Amino acid sequence: MFDKILIANRGEIACRVIETARAMGIRTVAVYSDADAAARHVAMADAAVHIGGPAPSESYLRTEAILAAAAETGAQAIHPGYGFLSENPDFVEAVEAAGLTFIGPSARAIRAMGLKDAAKALMEEAGVPVVPGYHGADQSDRTLSKAAEEIGYPVLIKAVAGGGGKGMRLVERAGAFAEALESARSEARTAFGNPDVLVERFVEKPRHIEVQVFGDGTRAVHLFERDCSLQRRHQKVIEEAPAPGMTEEMREAMGAAAVRAAEAIGYAGAGTIEFIVDGSDGLRPDGFWFMEMNTRLQVEHPVTEAITGIDLVEWQLRVAAGEPLPKRQEDLGIAGHAFEARLYAEDVPAGFLPATGRLAHLAFPQGARADTGVRSGDAISPHYDPMIAKLITHGPTREIALKRLSRALAGTQVAGTVTNLAFLGALARHEGFARGDVDTGLIGRDIDALSAVPERPESAMAWAAMVALGLDAAPDALTGFTLWAPQTRRITLRQDGEDREVTVVSHSGTAHTIALPTGGTVEARFDGGWRLDGDKAPAVHRAGHHVTVFEAYGLEFDLIDPLDRAAEAMAGGNLIEAPMPGLVKAMLAEPGQAVTAGTRLAVLEAMKMEHALTAPRDGVVAEVLVEEGAQVEAGAPLIRLEDDE
Amino acid sequence: MKLVSQAITTSEEFRANREGHLAALDTVRAAAEAATAGGGQKARDRHVGRGKMLPRDRVAGLLDPGSPFLELSATAAHGMYDDAAPCAGIITGIGRVQGREVMVVCNDATVKGGTYYPMTVKKHLRAQEIAEENHLPCIYLVDSGGANLPNQDEVFPDREHFGRIFYNQARMSSKAIPQIAVVMGSCTAGGAYVPAMSDVTIIVKEQGTIFLAGPPLVKAATGEVVSAEDLGGGDVHTRLSGVADYLAEDDAHALALARRAVGSLGTAARTPALRLETPEDPAYDPDEIIGVVPADLRTPYDIREVIARIVDASRFDEFKPRFGETLVTGFAHVMGIPLGIIANNGVLFSEAAQKGAHFVELCSQRRIPLVFLQNITGFMVGRKYENEGIARHGAKMVTAVATTNVPKITMLVGGSFGAGNYGMAGRAYSPRFLWTWPNSRISVMGGEQAAGVLATVRRDGIERAGGSWTAEEEAAFKRPTIEMFERQSHPLYAAARLWDDGIVDPRKSREVLALSLTAALNAPVEETRFGVFRM
Repeated sequence: MFDKILIANRGEIACRVIETARAMGIRTVAVYSDADAAARHVAMADAAVHIGGPAPSESYLRTEAILAAAAETGAQAIHPGYGFLSENPDFVEAVEAAGLTFIGPSARAIRAMGLKDAAKALMEEAGVPVVPGYHGADQSDRTLSKAAEEIGYPVLIKAVAGGGGKGMRLVERAGAFAEALESARSEARTAFGNPDVLVERFVEKPRHIEVQVFGDGTRAVHLFERDCSLQRRHQKVIEEAPAPGMTEEMREAMGAAAVRAAEAIGYAGAGTIEFIVDGSDGLRPDGFWFMEMNTRLQVEHPVTEAITGIDLVEWQLRVAAGEPLPKRQEDLGIAGHAFEARLYAEDVPAGFLPATGRLAHLAFPQGARADTGVRSGDAISPHYDPMIAKLITHGPTREIALKRLSRALAGTQVAGTVTNLAFLGALARHEGFARGDVDTGLIGRDIDALSAVPERPESAMAWAAMVALGLDAAPDALTGFTLWAPQTRRITLRQDGEDREVTVVSHSGTAHTIALPTGGTVEARFDGGWRLDGDKAPAVHRAGHHVTVFEAYGLEFDLIDPLDRAAEAMAGGNLIEAPMPGLVKAMLAEPGQAVTAGTRLAVLEAMKMEHALTAPRDGVVAEVLVEEGAQVEAGAPLIRLEDDE
Repeated sequence: MKLVSQAITTSEEFRANREGHLAALDTVRAAAEAATAGGGQKARDRHVGRGKMLPRDRVAGLLDPGSPFLELSATAAHGMYDDAAPCAGIITGIGRVQGREVMVVCNDATVKGGTYYPMTVKKHLRAQEIAEENHLPCIYLVDSGGANLPNQDEVFPDREHFGRIFYNQARMSSKAIPQIAVVMGSCTAGGAYVPAMSDVTIIVKEQGTIFLAGPPLVKAATGEVVSAEDLGGGDVHTRLSGVADYLAEDDAHALALARRAVGSLGTAARTPALRLETPEDPAYDPDEIIGVVPADLRTPYDIREVIARIVDASRFDEFKPRFGETLVTGFAHVMGIPLGIIANNGVLFSEAAQKGAHFVELCSQRRIPLVFLQNITGFMVGRKYENEGIARHGAKMVTAVATTNVPKITMLVGGSFGAGNYGMAGRAYSPRFLWTWPNSRISVMGGEQAAGVLATVRRDGIERAGGSWTAEEEAAFKRPTIEMFERQSHPLYAAARLWDDGIVDPRKSREVLALSLTAALNAPVEETRFGVFRM
């Protein structure tokens, strides 16, 4: 076994690998970019080496820097995680050339699975079912459209070098083929530098079911399937294992096919065979087709770990170190059901836009596994994938595991950035999903309902007001004391850009009535802990004037400080006036010029001194009202800015 | 030594006492609630319609959230001026701003435009007096038309009248007690000097005005026609005249600026010698006070029952318990603050007076604040007592109480009659605070006794002239006196006239004392030099 390994990755997967390595007594080396100097994976590792700038091409994709780090620290093997260099055969060869062990498959195996059409041909030879389609080298329009006719509409045009849905087109009828082909090619050329496409049968009500395999270079076993049908634009959202509705017969067929596929390429380590499954009429052993093989550890591997009780990273390390496969196929079994939800920093109402920000607070509930690469205080940087964490729950039945997932999502606390938590929560409560009636179109069909803003309990705003005022602390005997008249405070809270006035009437330190703009009132009482209308007050995070109430997946409020509001109002003036009588020594502003607060606009000479006049706010110069050399009176308007938005 | 209560909280007596006190409390609460409403709904709506915050909202907005507010004289002017000046048109009290205790003085413009009635002046001056004695920064939330003209003879000319406000401001400023004014409305004539005399002044844009003479008076005097804003608005005073320092966008902004100003004041120079303990709740529930204290003043009871429900852990280190037993003296803590308690347990005898003087000396030497729980019918009368020199012994106690420099806080928990009032730090003895309970009564003597004295004189006169006076005639003669005393000795009558700092719920006595002591400790305790004791 290795004494020291280097993890050529970042984020949750680097942390995940370090955890197992540490449990196995193996020392770990992290690598990091400028952006990750204080990242969790760096803190967790025994040693860490800086390898370059924040952009992946300047750091995590730099083979030579990573090898130098390994040499410098004496690491014997390199774990690539997923993404970055994990499926790059050149990297594998470089690692091996440097005399180190690559924890993963051979370069040859990766190459064999790298190009989709070649991989499919290979699989067909090995007796693995593939979707009927054309994977030929002849890319002429005629050949392709003829192939489509033969396969039968609807068909799918896909980029040969594709992934992530780029260069993919669904064609419903022959008349639309030519146009779809042209746009698929053009997108493929832009995205991958290779315009070649393949044509496949379009599978109705498709499900994405994949099989986890593990090989030692010769033999392979499978660790059952995962269902990843809950996807949004080909991005997996919630994964589960085993697949709902899976029959023993089909599992056996898929497992056998997956093992055949792995053995066909002499696969070593953890890999995943992805199948497309026809879900239109239940699961049938003849209704699955090979899609592609992922020659690395998958993001969603924890659901397999949950139901098999196997640590896949441990297996990776053991196999890479030359040990035989730790278990035989007949020793492997499924216990219960597991789900994984991917928590992202993204703005769901804005169309799932990736978000950035500093995680002012991050906490996960008990009863769920949370794989994360960030902590409270860490930033979600624009340079990398904005995933915050994976939440994994396990239960004896699918229903229980799903309920646990719902609870875990409701109990997850994130402040400082927007997240898809509410979306995940809605998905976890989706009726069709609960029934196990899944397919890759589920999210798309119900996207509006799933991304709707969840109902907001009134108590959340009431509690935000209490927290913003600092009245949520345990009161002492004198807190809020008053002889006769209660103390009434009116404050302005901003939620979703809207200012709302909330009134807090304090009868004593332990009793407040909060009146909301909706007309409702909430009674807050302290009795060892705070209760709102009798219910336990939700957890919160407060940073300055910003309050996050951890209810309805996190509700954000800002206390509007009259000082800030006034400062905004004062900075909002359009006219820059002469502060004293003097000579306009220089006029630097020009109409149409964009200025930021503090930009020098003019110089006024007065009392033998030069006074710089600066922009009070960001804006655009609308008009210059005096010329250079003009003598002006105090208060004379010199420059006008355009109205603020 | 932990006090042991003899009270039976399930007894009929306890229940009856409680009901009596609750009835008395209801009367006071009704008066306080009426005062809270200020000048009535119409005036309040008009006020809010101008974009102004209501005065109590201003006070709350100024204070730290969760700050206690020890309001002074919440029922001032109750039953006076045909009830035209609820709360005397001004809110005063102590609260925390940026963690620092401050005196807030806030005009209520919904009450006759915030003009000063005689009681308004008295209340304003009393707040300043408390601020000066206890080194509390003053924040004036000004919104007042100045002196109430129909009452000008009672607000303008005398020593303790309007002018004294500005005199106090100047004197306090000279003692480094910060003076901050927030002009949130009119500030006319003499009132203009409140902001002008302040260390820091904030004025609300297009709402606050400061001028010695308003537009109508200017027009009358010189014919000049000018708007209030151009004459003395926020823009004028912050840009041209320099009368104010900060221009606020609105009330909320002005209060935030005032809070920021307090934030730069630093911390108070507290008394360092005093060792504070960790606060502990009393072993007996303070809510029981109204059950253990008889509703009828004439029923005697052990004052230790009250002490046990006020002090930390009900611990009371009683001093000289076997001597002069009608006066209970001893050391205790209230919310961790050490204090010496002097409490009446009956009429004062010579020994009790000597013991009281002795105890005041002890506390003065140790610089421990004194709390007087006053329930006194007076010094013992009669030949034996006069001959042994009860006046001499009483004078010792009065001298000690009058000349000690430790903070004194008086709570009137029962009767306050005659010279007992003096020895027990009545108003004339300048306690830092004087609070009263709803069941308390104050007068030179009891109404019955007063009527009896007058009737005796009258009967002597009639009989000397050979006439006769029937019992019915005597009763009819006495009735108006008894009724007058009854009315005038009521705590609402007293509080209306600022003979005290306000009526408190007996169950809140502990908090009131803690807040009073905390406020008092903002000022260093000076060394005491007693006067000559008549030995």
